[in-house]
Amino acid sequence: MTDLTKLTIAAARDALRKGEVTSAELTTACLTAIDAADALNAFVHKTPDVAQAQSAAADQRLQAGDAPDLCGIPLGIKDLFCTKGVPSQAASRILEGFRPEYESTVTTQLFDAGAVMLGKLNMDEFAMGSSNETSVYGDAVNPWKVDDRKLTPGGSSGGSASAVAADLCLGATGTDTGGSIRQPAAFTGITGIKPTYGRVSRWGIVAFASSLDQAGPMTKDVRDSAILLRAMSGFDPKDSTSADIAVPDFEAALTGDIRGKVIGIPREYRMDGMPAEIEKLWSDGTAMLKDAGAEIRDITLPHTKYALPAYYVIAPAEASSNLARYDGVRFGHRARIAQGDGITEMYEKTRAEGFGPEVQRRVMVGTYVLSAGFYDAYYNRARKVRALIKRDFDQVFADGVDAILTPATPSAAFGLGEMADADPIKMYLNDVFTVTVNLAGLPGIAVPTGTDATGLPLGLQLIGRPWEEGDLLNVAYSLERAAGFVAKPDRWW
Amino acid sequence: MAIDTDTARRVAKLARIKVEDEALPALAQEFSAILGFIEQLNEVDVDGIDPMTSVTPQRLYRRDDVVNDGDQQARVLANAPDAREGFFAVPKVVE
Repeated sequence: MTDLTKLTIAAARDALRKGEVTSAELTTACLTAIDAADALNAFVHKTPDVAQAQSAAADQRLQAGDAPDLCGIPLGIKDLFCTKGVPSQAASRILEGFRPEYESTVTTQLFDAGAVMLGKLNMDEFAMGSSNETSVYGDAVNPWKVDDRKLTPGGSSGGSASAVAADLCLGATGTDTGGSIRQPAAFTGITGIKPTYGRVSRWGIVAFASSLDQAGPMTKDVRDSAILLRAMSGFDPKDSTSADIAVPDFEAALTGDIRGKVIGIPREYRMDGMPAEIEKLWSDGTAMLKDAGAEIRDITLPHTKYALPAYYVIAPAEASSNLARYDGVRFGHRARIAQGDGITEMYEKTRAEGFGPEVQRRVMVGTYVLSAGFYDAYYNRARKVRALIKRDFDQVFADGVDAILTPATPSAAFGLGEMADADPIKMYLNDVFTVTVNLAGLPGIAVPTGTDATGLPLGLQLIGRPWEEGDLLNVAYSLERAAGFVAKPDRWW
Repeated sequence: MAIDTDTARRVAKLARIKVEDEALPALAQEFSAILGFIEQLNEVDVDGIDPMTSVTPQRLYRRDDVVNDGDQQARVLANAPDAREGFFAVPKVVE
């Protein structure tokens, strides 16, 4: 069997169970591909020793006939997940040298299911960014390329997206606070789902904005997302916001039959100046779902416009609180202090050296909106607007809408460095279609459905009802089959 | 709302991030741009709306109030930049 790295998780699972391939072979193929892809800067901590040990154990389980879906499947893990004894830095200088003494719940579940960790994946620092350019490891690079420019894989899960799109691993974990799974998935022609808030445990994942953060899978297709999401999900007493709700077999929900489903098309997502090709992608996707037997309904989500400004109060506020723990005392970087410096100077120098500019900016904005005299005007107002944004969705679902179709991103991938001189808000606009979903705690999935005029991938987003990821994945599966997106980047790296 | 350099300095201090004086004007300008963007929220009628405290209706999960952990000093200190005699070491805080 050639090109083992190109297999989907589902295909590899079936081949492993039939004994057509071993996990050791799959793992070696991925490790070889990873070593040949340093130009993508996707894997920032390679863990071949862990991978080989885990694949050997997985092969034994497979032989014994005790093989869960992920047994023997080589995966990449975003650097935001704490992995025991393996660097887990959230792509920040401030966590340089940090090797957790514990394993995140998600990776524990994956490893218990027999999954193999190939290494840790690049990302924006503390998941703050939409282009993977805020990483202490340097930019991750999109395997898609149409001219001399190196393109962003998106962010913050840019390394995960790049690695999956370039066939360096069979799937990867991502996290999504405002679009950090779905935007990079769309930029690289892969599938990524952010589940309902509370579906996946946040324990052991470096916190950015706790009321918005959710982990999810980034994979080559919808079926693989269903498989990987099931393995990542479930109640965890160690996360007080984890939901004690049974995890269904999401893969079993993929019938492809969406007849009678009601798909909402929100008018507020038709932004001024939307590129014609995004408009066309969206209407093509709408037509595909209609042809598959869905009922298309125009809907309104009136507070959409206020989602980004609300997000840029709530997320920095929570970040300023969460990132207060990086003080140079218990873990990570500590600045060298001068004669006569006290503990305050140690904190201030440590945090100035350890945090990059975007993280510093957001921590300070968060500090400001939470400070005395501004708390009501900014933070409480933003939380009220958030309640209205959620109410918009509740209303639409109460009226019988099953899923909502929108573009995933306002454009295809842009060039690395092209936004360097833009003001931060321009970068924030990347998340304009995805951020509402985090504010409302809903599941959202990005599915590749076409390309732009230059041949770069474009994705559509489907938004589902809370806890109904199975239904959502099934609509996505139907869209995937109709769109028939199979293009892969030409290998240049 | 325009943020002046004094406010930027105060916020940096509150956030415990050292910002050199010459960097303050640019920082103040960035804050002003971001806060200007946020100010759109003032257009929304939020009368009678409670601030969201939880995005899902569930009550936070509570564990039993029992000791279930401990006695792992070495692991707790393993990542400390400066640990001495079983403690985290910091610069002198009491004169």
